[in-house]
Amino acid sequence: MDLDPVLLARLQFAFTISFHIIFPTFTIGIAAYLATLEVLWGWTGSERYKRLAAFWTKIFAVSFGMGVVSGIVLSYQFGTNWSRFSVVAGNVVGPLIGYEVLTAFFLEASFLGILLFGGERIPRWLHVFSALAVAFGTTLSAFWILSANSWMQTPAGYTMEGGIAYPADWFAIVFNPSFPYRLAHMLNASFLTGAFVVLAVGARYLLAGRHIEEARIMLRMAVCLTAVLAPLQLLIGDQHGLNTLAHQPTKIAAMEAHWDGSKPGAFEIFAWPDEKTESNLFSISIPHASSLIITHEWNGLFPGLKDVPPQDRPPLPNVFFGFRIMLAIGLYMIAAALFGAWLLWRGKLFETRWYLQIVAQTWWVGFVAVIAGWVVSESGRQPWIVQGLLRTVDAVSPVPGASVLTTLILFVVVYLTVFSFGVYFINRLIAGGIKETALPERAPQLAPGHSISPT
Amino acid sequence: MDILSTQLPLIWAGLIGVAVALYVILDGFDLGIGILFPFAKSDAERDRMLATIAPFWDGNETWLVLGGGGLLVAFPRAYSIIMPAFYLPIILMLLSLVFRGVTFEFRGIARRKVFWNVVFAAGSTVAALCQGLVLGGMVQGVKIQNGAFAGGPFDWLTPFGVLCGCGVVAGYALLGATWLMLKTDGELARRSAAHAKELLVAVLLFMAAVSIYTPLALPRIAHRWFTLPNLFYLAPIPVLTVLIALAQWRWIGARREAAPFLASIALFVLGYLGLVISSYPYIVPPQLTIWDAAAAPSSQLFMLTGTLLLLPIILGYTAFTYWLFHGKVAEGASYH
Repeated sequence: MDLDPVLLARLQFAFTISFHIIFPTFTIGIAAYLATLEVLWGWTGSERYKRLAAFWTKIFAVSFGMGVVSGIVLSYQFGTNWSRFSVVAGNVVGPLIGYEVLTAFFLEASFLGILLFGGERIPRWLHVFSALAVAFGTTLSAFWILSANSWMQTPAGYTMEGGIAYPADWFAIVFNPSFPYRLAHMLNASFLTGAFVVLAVGARYLLAGRHIEEARIMLRMAVCLTAVLAPLQLLIGDQHGLNTLAHQPTKIAAMEAHWDGSKPGAFEIFAWPDEKTESNLFSISIPHASSLIITHEWNGLFPGLKDVPPQDRPPLPNVFFGFRIMLAIGLYMIAAALFGAWLLWRGKLFETRWYLQIVAQTWWVGFVAVIAGWVVSESGRQPWIVQGLLRTVDAVSPVPGASVLTTLILFVVVYLTVFSFGVYFINRLIAGGIKETALPERAPQLAPGHSISPT
Repeated sequence: MDILSTQLPLIWAGLIGVAVALYVILDGFDLGIGILFPFAKSDAERDRMLATIAPFWDGNETWLVLGGGGLLVAFPRAYSIIMPAFYLPIILMLLSLVFRGVTFEFRGIARRKVFWNVVFAAGSTVAALCQGLVLGGMVQGVKIQNGAFAGGPFDWLTPFGVLCGCGVVAGYALLGATWLMLKTDGELARRSAAHAKELLVAVLLFMAAVSIYTPLALPRIAHRWFTLPNLFYLAPIPVLTVLIALAQWRWIGARREAAPFLASIALFVLGYLGLVISSYPYIVPPQLTIWDAAAAPSSQLFMLTGTLLLLPIILGYTAFTYWLFHGKVAEGASYH
């Protein structure tokens, strides 16, 4: 059998990064929620917030652990599978990843230790401060990683010498053209993902008649937040799309399955983009809608797929369907959030069981939307690993296909095992409910004479 | 060559060297706890062992990310050769770390702890073994052609590599056993002391084997150590190693608390220093020097500015965490 190392390396990276992204997405959202709860606790002194914070801290810890270990893998994948990329782009991308480790990774890891194990032996302010430090760290981490990713999409501030990228202007590199849009889109996605999980857990408890008081707090907070952020995400997404049109028009053409750039684009509700006939099969579409969305004009024109030769087009099904999944979930989120806000305003949120039953089941929507969105973004950049600068086929490591396949299988087996246990244990924690005791007494017990006095 | 491109790679080699050393010491003792897991008497004892490292493991493992990330930042050419060359052991190490990392949370929630005990022990041991295999492979040298790795997928699998792998496992276990002497008391501390004595002997044997084999097999290493005047300058390293090992033997016997752990760290630092001296100025022996592999001066400088600013802060709050959780972990303590 002939093993294609490039395809296998792409599959491996797609798998390891998709698995990883689930956890940072969730932990960025939940860290912000934890920090809010801790601040509310610090401010009001109310035990409700403390109990909720303690409950979510446990769930946070499980997913953070999985995020850390799957993240360590990624910092090595650039070298194990994409060593040519490391050589060509290392001067530019390396420091961005380095700064992530220095500014964020250490901050999160150290203060998470204090947050988890500080328990009763640290003062309240240090507890609140640690929660804020963890939330700040996770967000900062997203800042650097998205900067590096955005540079691969819209490279700027560099010069090429002898086939290797050299930095010329660090500000232009960090704040490259697509970075602000991608950062806003991703951070908002993380908050939405976390909020929909909180919403689902609150609804689940209320339906079961458990922890009524805490469930209501969760529902109220989640509904209010999503009612603002879900519609906002549509606006950010729209702006991100306009930015992509300016820098990566082929990606937009693939998202819309728009073949002929000389005609206005229709929005394909469903279609099978066929690469052989260069047309859409089984198409159900709204004429001019795509032009309206992308150019904000009825007869607006934007480049089509036929404007570039076939070898420069991204894999269409990934981009096309990924975009539709993301969009459908985004619209569901807006509907669920606004309807929930309306129910809250009318004072009927806690009694409308059918609504609670739906949102209790849709805890997963954010995760699927995030992965779908990343498939659009990364597949849409193909055949380039760094847009216009280095092709994916030229970036791969000199490693035999058999090695890549073996490790790919290992990754799949290990990750699926770990993931199944993770979901199972998080579910157990949720089923176990919110503990009446204050923050869990999970800190290592210190022997007499060694206690740390907070005062 | 201007001053930037001669000095920056040296500074960066020093920084990465320190990061790797910190990783080896810090994650070393907590991997060591995993290696000693099968020798614990009960689940309560394992709970207590885990509780001694639970607040720290996250931060400890972050130094590994800094080692990998730092190599990409400062020496992308070395990174792009080392990673494919040690593809299988590195990925196996990462997967082992995945398993043992999730154990901290999973084991506490699980109803049956046996499975996670095995996972934690196996994950820790395999991770340590793989690190030793990579170390051995690096010392022996990597085949490079046209700036890329040109060897086979199993080049690292040599008797010397296995020797280094077992040496690292024993070394981490020694760090772990002496850590337990520091952080626990009673029966667990007593048995840890007994393990520490056996492990110290094993570590010294491995160090001796490496010290005898490398100069015999690799002329460049023999030349580094056994020519004049190097011999005089470098003699303190083996001499100090022997003196510290003797002192450690007595400290363990006297059941001192901190001294045996500090001596384990000293042994690691000396062994590490010996390997660095053997390989300098190569970052990937036997061809690629730190200057060949260096990133553009602008990249190294950009990153250095941030590092010099942030590293003291990181070290500060790392030290704060260790201070916050200082003292012995009592019997009956568990992670959850």
